[in-house]
Amino acid sequence: MRTAGRQIVKFFPFILANLFRKKTRTILTVGSFAVALFLFGLLATIDTTFTGGVEVAGADRLVVLNKSSLAQPLPFSYRDRILQIPGVKGVTFAVWFGGVYQNERNFIPIMAVDTDGFKEMYTEFAIADEQWDAFVRDREGCFVGRSTATKYGWKIGDRVPIKGTIYPGVWEFNIRGIYDGTRAEDDTTQFWFQYGYLDERKQFLKGMVGWYMVRVVRPEDDIHVAAAIDQRFANSAYETVAETEKSFLAGFVKQIGNIRLIIISVGSVVLFTLLLITGSTMAMSVRERTGELAVLKTIGFTDAAVMLLVLAESLLYAVPGALIGLALAKLFTLRGDPTGGLLPFFYLDPDRMLMGFGLALAAGIAAGIIPALLAMRLRIVEALRRV
Amino acid sequence: MALPLIYNLRSVRVRWASTSIAVLGIAGVVAVFVAMLAMARGFKETLVASGSPGNAIVRRGGSLSEMESVITLDQVRVVADAPGVMRNAEDIPLLSPEVVLIATLPQKNKGAHALVQLRGVSERALEVRETVKIARGRCFRPGIAEVVVGKNIAHTYRNCNLGDTPRFGGREWTVIGILDSGGSAFDSEIWCDAILLNQTYNRPVYIYQSATVKMTSPDALFEFKQALTADPRLTVDVERERDYYERQSQVVTTMIRVFGSLIVVIMGIGAVFGALNTMYSAVAARFREIATIRSLGFGSGSIVLSFLCESIFIALIGGVIGCIAALPLNGFTASTLNFQTFSNLAFAFQVTPDLLLQGMLFALLMGIGGGLFPSLRAARVPVAIALREL
Repeated sequence: MRTAGRQIVKFFPFILANLFRKKTRTILTVGSFAVALFLFGLLATIDTTFTGGVEVAGADRLVVLNKSSLAQPLPFSYRDRILQIPGVKGVTFAVWFGGVYQNERNFIPIMAVDTDGFKEMYTEFAIADEQWDAFVRDREGCFVGRSTATKYGWKIGDRVPIKGTIYPGVWEFNIRGIYDGTRAEDDTTQFWFQYGYLDERKQFLKGMVGWYMVRVVRPEDDIHVAAAIDQRFANSAYETVAETEKSFLAGFVKQIGNIRLIIISVGSVVLFTLLLITGSTMAMSVRERTGELAVLKTIGFTDAAVMLLVLAESLLYAVPGALIGLALAKLFTLRGDPTGGLLPFFYLDPDRMLMGFGLALAAGIAAGIIPALLAMRLRIVEALRRV
Repeated sequence: MALPLIYNLRSVRVRWASTSIAVLGIAGVVAVFVAMLAMARGFKETLVASGSPGNAIVRRGGSLSEMESVITLDQVRVVADAPGVMRNAEDIPLLSPEVVLIATLPQKNKGAHALVQLRGVSERALEVRETVKIARGRCFRPGIAEVVVGKNIAHTYRNCNLGDTPRFGGREWTVIGILDSGGSAFDSEIWCDAILLNQTYNRPVYIYQSATVKMTSPDALFEFKQALTADPRLTVDVERERDYYERQSQVVTTMIRVFGSLIVVIMGIGAVFGALNTMYSAVAARFREIATIRSLGFGSGSIVLSFLCESIFIALIGGVIGCIAALPLNGFTASTLNFQTFSNLAFAFQVTPDLLLQGMLFALLMGIGGGLFPSLRAARVPVAIALREL
C-alpha cells in the first residue's frame, strides 16, 4: 500500500493528464461539486439565520418578561427589587420602540435603553467609552450599530428623524456613537436611545419598561436565580417569567419550526441528488477507460495502485470543486443579506465551511470507491479482450 | 426542415440509464421549485383571505400593525358615524373595535409553547366579517370569561377544544365555540370579549388597537378614508382590510421567495450540469450515427434542432415527474411564526395550475440550457472522419 502511495505521488502528472483529457466533462464535474457546496454553504447560512442569536446569547444572562404576554410591560420599580435578589450581579432594561426611517421599508430595531447598566450587560458589543459618555450626556442622543449606520450612510454627529410606529410622531436623535460587534455573529443593526427621553415624551404607560436583562453571578445558578425572580413578583399585578437568554431565543427558533425544517430538508435532498450526478459521471469516466486500466496493470501497476489512481482522480474533482463552491458561498454571504435587511444574522460560519469540505471529501471518496474497486478487481485478460 | 425526431426519441429509450439521471435531476429541481412557490403562495393567501375587500381597518396613524396601534373609544365613535359605514337592520353601524394581544400556550404534539394571537372583539365582529362562521358551539357572551377559538387552535394546542378551559392572562377561560374562517389567519386566533380582555391584562378598558368596519360597498373606501383623514379629532390610517393583511404577509413571503429562488437557481445550475454531461456523452457515443444521418441528407440545422428536442424531451419528462411529485403537497398544513404579527400562523400549501406551469417552463429552460451546446457539437461532427472510425 505504501509503495502504491508513493506511486500516486510519482504519477500525479499522469492523473492530471487523465483529468484534462475530457475538459468539458472535468469542468462540468468540478462545477457540479462547486454548485453542491455553494448550496451547502447557503443552507448553513440560512440555518444560522434561523437559529441565529441562540449561539450569540450570553451564558450568564436572564430575560425577565411579563408573564401574561410578551408585549405587556413591567414596572420600572422592579429594577431595584431585582437587584436585591441574591445571585444577581447586574440588571438593565429596555423598551421596544419600533420605528422607521423615511418610509416603512426602512424598519430599524430601535430600543429605548437604560443608560446605567446597558453597556455593562452587553459586553459583546465594542462601545467606545467617550462615545458612550457623549451619548449619556445628550438627552436626544442615540447609539447605532455599524451595519445600520453603513446602510443609511449615518455618521457621528448626524441628526436623524425617526417616525415612531408604537409611540407616534417624529422623533429626532443625534448620533453620538456607533458600536461594532466583537464577533461576526453579533447583531449590529440595533439603534438605542435613552429611556429617560422616551418616558418623558410618551403619553401612556409612563414608568413602564419592556423587559429586564439580568446578569447572574454564577452562570450555573441561572435556573435558581430565575425562579427567585419569579417568586419575588408572584401574585403581584405584574407577574414575571424569567428564563435564560438562550432558552428564550431557542423558544423562538422552535416556533419558526416548519419553514426552517422544510428549507433545510429540501436542501439536503438536493445536495444528495447533485452528489449522485457527480458520482455517476465519475463511474462513467472509469468505465470508458477499462481497457487503459488493464494496460496499466499489464505493464506492472499493482491492483492497489490502480485503485488509488482512480480514487485520487475522484478526489481531484471533489477538492477544487468544494473549494470553489465554499469560496463563492462565503463571497455571497459577505455581500450581505439578499432579503434586503430582514435578517439580523447572515454569515457563513467557518466551522460549517470545514464541515462542508469534509462532506465534499466524503462524497468524492464515496463516488470514486466503487469504480476504484472495480478497477482494482479488473482482470487483465477479460478487460483486454473486451476492446 | 426535416427532423429525425423518431431517431432521437428512440435513443432516449435506449440510453435510459444515463437519461434517467438527467430526468431525476430535473424532476427534483422542478419539485422543489413548485413546492417553494406553493409555500409562499399558501402563506400569502392565508393572510389575504383574512381581509375582505368590503372591509376597512382603522389604526392609529403611523403604526405598521394592529399590535402597535392605539384607538380610544371616542375615536371609535367618530369612526362609526363616518360616511360609507354600513348599518344593519337596527341601524347600528357595523364596526368592531378590537384588542390584539399575544398569549403563550402549550402545543399538543411538541409540548413546546407557542405564541398565539388573542383578539378581543365586540359583539359585531361576526357581522363585520362575513367569512368567519361559528362552526361548532356558540359565540361568547360579553363580560363572561368565554372564548371562541379558531379551528387550527383547537387541534394544535393542548386543552383548547370545545368545553376545555385553557389558562392565559392569569385566569381560566371556557372554550364555548370553534371558529371556521375558511383557512384564513383567524383560524389561528382566539377571540373573546374586548373589554374583559383589557381588564384581564390590566389595560385601560376603553383602549382598543384597531377598528374594523364593514363598508356599504368596496368602493366606499375612498369616501370613508377622506372623511376620517379630514377629521381633526383623528389621526388614523385607513386601509382596505385585504391590503392590510397582504402587507402582514410580506416579511415571511419575501423570505421564502428569496431563499427558495436562491436554492432553486443553484439547483437549476446543478441540474443543467447533469443534463449537459448526459447530452455530451450521448453525442460523443453517437458520432457514427450522427454522421450517418448527415450523409442521409439531414442538414446541420436539423441535427442541432433534433438534439435540442431530445434534451427538451428529457427535461419535460423530468418536469412532469417533478410536478406530480409536488402535487401531494397541496393542502399540506405547516405553521410558522409570522414576524410581523409576532404570533403563530397555520397555513396550507397551495399547488395551483399556474405554479405547475411555471415549473414546466423552468424545466423547458433547463432542457434548452443542457442541450444547446451538446447539439451544436453534434452538428459539427465531421462526416467523413466519423464514418471511417471503427
